[in-house]
Amino acid sequence: MSGLQRLHVVTGKGGTGKTTVAAALALALAADGRRTLLVEVEGRQGIAQLFETEPLPYEERRIASAPGGGDVFALAIDAEQALLDYLQMFYRMGSAGRALRRLGAIDFVTTIAPGLRDVLLTGKACEAARRQDKHGRHVYDAVVMDAPPTGRITRFLGVNAEVAGLAKAGPIHNHARSVMRVLTSARTAVHLVTLLEDMPVQETVDGVAELREAGLQVGAAVVNMVRPALMDEAELERAAADPAALAAALSAAGLGGASRGARAERLVAPLLRQAREHTERLALERTQRAALARLELPQYELPLLTEGVDLAGLYRLSGELGKQWPL
Amino acid sequence: MSLDTAPRLDADALLDDPQTRIVVCCGAGGVGKTTTAAALGVRAAERGRRVVVLTIDPAKRLAQSMGIDALDNSPRQVEGIEGPGELYAMMLDMKRTFDEIVEAHAEGDRARAILENPFYQSLSAGFAGTQEYMAMEKLGQLRARDSWDLIIVDTPPSRSALDFLDAPKRLGSFLDGRFIRLLTAPAKAGGRAGMKFLNVGMSMMTGTLGKLLGASLLRDVQTFVAAMDTLFGGFRTRAEATYRLLQAPGTAFLVVATPERDALREAAYFVERLEADRMPLAGLVLNRVHESGAAQLSAERALAAAETLDERGVDDAGSGAKSAGAAGTDTASTGGTDTADTTGGTGGTDSTGTEGAAALLRLHAERMQVLAHERRTRDRFAALHPEVPVTQVTALPGDVHDLAGLRDVAELLTAQEAPGA
Ligand SMILES: Nc1ncnc2c1ncn2[C@@H]1O[C@H](COP(=O)(O)OP(=O)(O)OP(=O)(O)O)[C@@H](O)[C@H]1O
Ligand SMILES: Nc1ncnc2c1ncn2[C@@H]1O[C@H](COP(=O)(O)OP(=O)(O)O)[C@@H](O)[C@H]1O
Ligand SMILES: [Mg+2]
Ligand SMILES: [Mg+2]
Repeated sequence: MSGLQRLHVVTGKGGTGKTTVAAALALALAADGRRTLLVEVEGRQGIAQLFETEPLPYEERRIASAPGGGDVFALAIDAEQALLDYLQMFYRMGSAGRALRRLGAIDFVTTIAPGLRDVLLTGKACEAARRQDKHGRHVYDAVVMDAPPTGRITRFLGVNAEVAGLAKAGPIHNHARSVMRVLTSARTAVHLVTLLEDMPVQETVDGVAELREAGLQVGAAVVNMVRPALMDEAELERAAADPAALAAALSAAGLGGASRGARAERLVAPLLRQAREHTERLALERTQRAALARLELPQYELPLLTEGVDLAGLYRLSGELGKQWPL
Repeated sequence: MSLDTAPRLDADALLDDPQTRIVVCCGAGGVGKTTTAAALGVRAAERGRRVVVLTIDPAKRLAQSMGIDALDNSPRQVEGIEGPGELYAMMLDMKRTFDEIVEAHAEGDRARAILENPFYQSLSAGFAGTQEYMAMEKLGQLRARDSWDLIIVDTPPSRSALDFLDAPKRLGSFLDGRFIRLLTAPAKAGGRAGMKFLNVGMSMMTGTLGKLLGASLLRDVQTFVAAMDTLFGGFRTRAEATYRLLQAPGTAFLVVATPERDALREAAYFVERLEADRMPLAGLVLNRVHESGAAQLSAERALAAAETLDERGVDDAGSGAKSAGAAGTDTASTGGTDTADTTGGTGGTDSTGTEGAAALLRLHAERMQVLAHERRTRDRFAALHPEVPVTQVTALPGDVHDLAGLRDVAELLTAQEAPGA
């Protein structure tokens, strides 16, 4: 396990694969007999869908075993529940808490102060990351959070400072400050998932700047859904220079006649057009890669699984991450 | 049931129809809602309508090229429209829209008190649903101005397409909620019988919350709620009015999706929801669809042919060290005869031709696998909703960031022939 890192926050533009990458990372971190906790905070049951299990309750539950033995636990954190827990823990206010809930007060408090909601969510994740058993050993080797998207992440994590400011005294104030200490420490890293496309990369670049500005540690950039480069410009130019030779080769491979208008010959133009689109895309991807490289972050790549991500696919992605990422 | 039998969406007819006053583009995040909205705006203007496009989160370069990257929260005319109509566009500034409502409904000092309250600030910047609510609000305002004969609305980048319809109500019911009423006017909310209990409840609650959050925080909340009180009713009434506007004839919804499982699942939810709420669905825009000009050649055959060529390439290179393997000889030799029959004088470039053709075939196989996957997902949607008219937009190799790109997308969107296939 590299250094002190215990809390891995995974963000990225919507739909780039935050949930998938967070799950793959939790699996990779659990390899060889370790134990990790994968948490989600947006009440969407994305983890349950991915692991093809029942909706997760507000309870840490084992959901998968990692290669080489090791366990991944999962938890869907719910802000209202977390607040009730918190009231119970510090004030033994189980029944009063329930009354507050009936009146809509809990909903009100967690809604009107979005910052408060966030501190409850991150607070729970930090608590799990720090939790120790009676022998003083960490209960989890790592906690991985499937976090809100890049556009909201700095606010979400940094918001604790805001809450600490809003609530000028009292237990929430203290709680927010202690959560903030964990989040800005070397034990926490924020990873960004991106695609090699204009908008996600732009968001990543902006997000990294914001996170750094807020004193949060940025870990890695994970480039997801990478498609293989099957032909480069030079190869394309060479091939395109002699369509007759292409027709002949296609014909030789049994795809029909090579003379003008014959089956193999008619394939040449559309195949070259596809290749042009391919190299054009590769060129755009190169500019995106260059923009990412300027961030000076470790960069890991995951392939596009054409058939979508099922459980087997998830393990495959986790294996890929494990190979590249010194965890 | 497959997509090929689905009715075709005639987007030009929709845009040309003077009865069409509002077009709402919705769908899951990243599928191309903003692009579609902008492309339709360009198209409609170039066909003669006076259009305004309300975008929420355009890509930077797209916003720049339309001249709407400066945030002033009101529409500007887009230069470069080629045709009889006019195009205006704007990018929504959520906080500013919220501020404007406050300013319009509260007097000087009161407005200032609200705007400066820390709770207002966090609500206006971050409440889940504020963006959706403000998009609706802006739509209501644009419609009320009556300066355009067509309004095209993009929707916020929510995870779920339904958020756009649900969030305003959620904000409304939150602002109208029991607890807020208690905080603002405890006696009034309780009525005669409930008053005593509620007052006890209230003091216990404010006591608890005060302990938890610090007394000053609770005071901030109370001040905020009191100051907002008169606005709340207004919020809800306005949200309801805009919602009704969406149900009125003259409004059309376009659901945008990519041919992927998640996006189409969202699209299906949305279609069902529109039906339930009696909102008019014009059709589905299937965006970023892959095609092939050589679809008659299957992935399997292309791969097999590529392998044949690989083996041949090794033979041609004549490097005796590397054996081509016996399996390939048969096909290679028949292939050889075929070549000799049909072409002449390619001897010199044969090995480049072979390598090039093998690479082209591999690329094609990959493309065909994508196509097959997309077709399966699309067919699943079509089976669920065979009645929904569909149009397809090809995945362009680059992104869409200028008027020319928008015109290309619009051209594909409105084409009456299914491309490729
Ligand atoms: N490497 C991959 N190959 C193929 N499909 C992928 C890959 N990674 C993710 N996906 C698919 O992309 C879709 C979006 O992924 P995911 O749900 O993880 O994204 P997200 O960032 O969590 O989205 P949201 O912003 O909605 O929370 C899913 O259908 C997922 O299966
Ligand atoms: N048909 C298409 N071909 C290629 N790129 C596209 C296409 N449609 C959209 N895009 C690109 O996809 C990205 C996301 O599109 P956008 O319209 O902003 O999605 P949304 O508004 O649904 O989040 C943009 O970079 C856009 O240029
Ligand atoms: Mg997710
Ligand atoms: Mg958008």
